[in-house]
Amino acid sequence: MQVLYFAWIRERIGIPKEQVETSAVTVADLVDELRGREERYALAFSDMASVRVAIDQELVDLDAPLGDAREVAFFPPMTGG
Amino acid sequence: MVVRVQTDDFDIGVEISMMTAGRQDIGAIVTFSGLVRDMTGDQSVAVMELEHYPGMTEKALEKIEADANGRWPLQATLIIHRVGPLNAGANIVLVATASPHRQAAFEAAEFIMDFLKSRAPFWKKESGVDGGNWVDARDTDEEALARWTVSDD
Repeated sequence: MQVLYFAWIRERIGIPKEQVETSAVTVADLVDELRGREERYALAFSDMASVRVAIDQELVDLDAPLGDAREVAFFPPMTGG
Repeated sequence: MVVRVQTDDFDIGVEISMMTAGRQDIGAIVTFSGLVRDMTGDQSVAVMELEHYPGMTEKALEKIEADANGRWPLQATLIIHRVGPLNAGANIVLVATASPHRQAAFEAAEFIMDFLKSRAPFWKKESGVDGGNWVDARDTDEEALARWTVSDD
């Protein structure tokens, strides 16, 4: 699946998107997997209260199942307007 | 129903003229426009960078607009949101709602702005003499949503 990062999460991880092969069942499992990779991921996902998630461009909860997700995006709370 | 995400500036007068062109049934138009302030607290802001999630942004705005149209008898709605680097004083967002009477137009414009603030994937980064800072979401923005879900017509 394609994993996208925005705002300060993108800055901490250092890339806007990447292809990830995973057997994670939920978003939270995917986050754990990414955290274990490198320090920059652990830093980006250190405070999950400040992280929002979208699966295929729809907001979901952190415990949502990934299912057949093509695109998972991580970003901070939105600040439009 | 019109949604536009763009780097270019907009002209409120031109947008409203387009909304009303050839129509005589509209009785009220409410517009809200948001601009880049040159100060946040005691920090000066020279440039605000608007980042967004192309694709999801348009979908989220279209949903907010459709929800507003489902709640109020609106004759036309417009949402324009700019992205990219914006200087202090620049336009950021324009919301316009048209209806036969003013109350629906006022309420719908507030509803759209309240949801746009915390449910459409935009992120602001302010830069000034003290460097760059991502703008934090405010609790008051989240609270603003509650009034639209607690009491219903």
